[in-house]
Amino acid sequence: MGKTPAAIIGSGNIGTDLLEKMRRRSTVLDPAVLVGIDKDSDGLRRAQSHGIRTTHRGIEGLFDDEAFADIGVVFDATSAKAHLHHAKLLQARGKKVVDLTPAAVGPYVVPVANLDEGLGHDNVNMVTCGGQATIPIVKAMSDIGTVHYAEIVASIASRSAGPGTRANIDEFTVTTARGLEQVGGAKKGKAIIVLNPAEPPLIMRDTVYGLVESDDEAALTASIRAMVERVQGYVPGYRLKQDPVYERVEQRFDDGRVVAGTKVSVFLEVEGAGDYLPPYAGNLDIMTSAALKMGEEIAIAQGSQA
Amino acid sequence: MTAGRKIIVNDATLRDGMHALAHQYTVEQMVAIAQKLDEAKVDIIEVSHGDGLNGNSFNYGFSAHTEEEYLRAVGAALSHSKLGALLLPGIGTTADIARAKELGVHTIRIATHCTEADVAKQHIEFAREAGLDTVGFLMMSHMISTADLVAQAKLMESYGAETVYVVDSAGALLMDDTRERIDAFKQALGCAVGFHNHNNLGLGVANTVIAIQAGADRVDGSVAGMGAGAGNCALEVLIAVLDRMGIETGIGLYPLIDCADQLVRPMQKRPVQTDGNALMLGYAGVYSSFLLHTERAAQRYGVDPRDILVELGQRRMVGGQEDMIVDVALSLSKP
Repeated sequence: MGKTPAAIIGSGNIGTDLLEKMRRRSTVLDPAVLVGIDKDSDGLRRAQSHGIRTTHRGIEGLFDDEAFADIGVVFDATSAKAHLHHAKLLQARGKKVVDLTPAAVGPYVVPVANLDEGLGHDNVNMVTCGGQATIPIVKAMSDIGTVHYAEIVASIASRSAGPGTRANIDEFTVTTARGLEQVGGAKKGKAIIVLNPAEPPLIMRDTVYGLVESDDEAALTASIRAMVERVQGYVPGYRLKQDPVYERVEQRFDDGRVVAGTKVSVFLEVEGAGDYLPPYAGNLDIMTSAALKMGEEIAIAQGSQA
Repeated sequence: MTAGRKIIVNDATLRDGMHALAHQYTVEQMVAIAQKLDEAKVDIIEVSHGDGLNGNSFNYGFSAHTEEEYLRAVGAALSHSKLGALLLPGIGTTADIARAKELGVHTIRIATHCTEADVAKQHIEFAREAGLDTVGFLMMSHMISTADLVAQAKLMESYGAETVYVVDSAGALLMDDTRERIDAFKQALGCAVGFHNHNNLGLGVANTVIAIQAGADRVDGSVAGMGAGAGNCALEVLIAVLDRMGIETGIGLYPLIDCADQLVRPMQKRPVQTDGNALMLGYAGVYSSFLLHTERAAQRYGVDPRDILVELGQRRMVGGQEDMIVDVALSLSKP
């Protein structure tokens, strides 16, 4: 079976990294068209140099392209606002969409947590970079016991935080927290993001805290380690930096709830593959890697239906 | 430089001081302190989790009471002073600013690491729109050059900040560093200029006086220094020094001294002073609120706290990365 043609909308950092990843690594998807709005962008030039079709006329340019009819999966790496517009047009044309913007038209998906749920929808959303890095760990805890509260701290290199993230950092914390709940299974989620300007840039770090109703440390550790391995399937630079740390705590929350359980602390590092963006930008890499994985699964599911 | 100018004093005892108590003030303690500050006619009293609104977390610690309980109780106790709050983008959101305003907050300070002013754009704009006295707060100001710091301050001013602060979060600025930064802010900015610091190198009051001499319009202090690390500029000492210098603040000295001696010092579980570990914060240029977290991790994992602090400094960790303290301690504890 040949590869399924895919289109990528957005020729910025994320779109271009996704293009490179797909071109070099995917055995399922083939980057057929890259869509931009700036014909001088590095992404479009790069695609052309690899003989990949491009348009700088935005989504209309994609619809006019002769390759469009055969496109199986469309990735949107533009902005939330643009995606709201694109989503309607793509749905009308019956295309499957993987949304890397914060628009959240479709449900949140994390490939190792709720792949099957995602396959049931025409439009799926990739949450946030911090969500892709941490939700799998919360899910691993949820698989062992009720997670009453999950909190994550994502530290990313300043250079890897683009203008979109910077202009609306609230969107990151709110969306990630919701993802911890809806996909990770936590009853309450909280997300914190820290930008660190150190030079040379620091590799992305994520710390996940869970308040879990289980004192089976061995089962929790095994579940977390197995989950890390599964994420490594599409992000090889995803690593546990320390053994999980366990503490028995009784925590009172602002809503008056008092919860006794095990506080689990998990220290992660996410190093990118360096396909287009530098390896320290693990936050961007895990986003494009997870999106690619999701797109591949969608294409495989489509193929098996056909 | 200082004649005819009213210096605005922003007290941080009930916000930065939260760090010193691991965020465990009772509401009654806060109200008692606030009443004394109000009696002394301090201009602004900041009340928040040490890490700002919505700071309650495993990473930074959960406060003994909710934000709403603290803000309501202190707000009700004030007749002269205005109520303030702090917010760090990435921890709190504009929704927290809106809630704070409903609870009577008059002054909101939006704090970012000194190189990341642009993440505060949405919050500064939101706060101005809401009619709050809006302040930009550039933390860890010792980490970059004065020219770079000015560029970040100009961003905050362009978003609508009415005051921009040089914040010496690590208590690492020397005296000339302080003068140079405030001088440069005064020359480059049209808005007011503020200064907040920590006493880790024993320069809390001295650097604040230098900032005022260099033209700072607004300065911070905490009663008995009650703040992270070796504490902030001790407010009662600052007021005494300014009185002796003939700089009018309109703030009463005795209520502050009473507050320091009778209320704040007896509450301190760990003395807030320039002792070895606190000194190391200033020496290594590490965020002051790392102190108690570091001492806890050092004890738990059997590591020298000074080694943790030096390693955090070498890794160039910034405010908010408290999670990395345990990570460093675990790494150092491995044979």
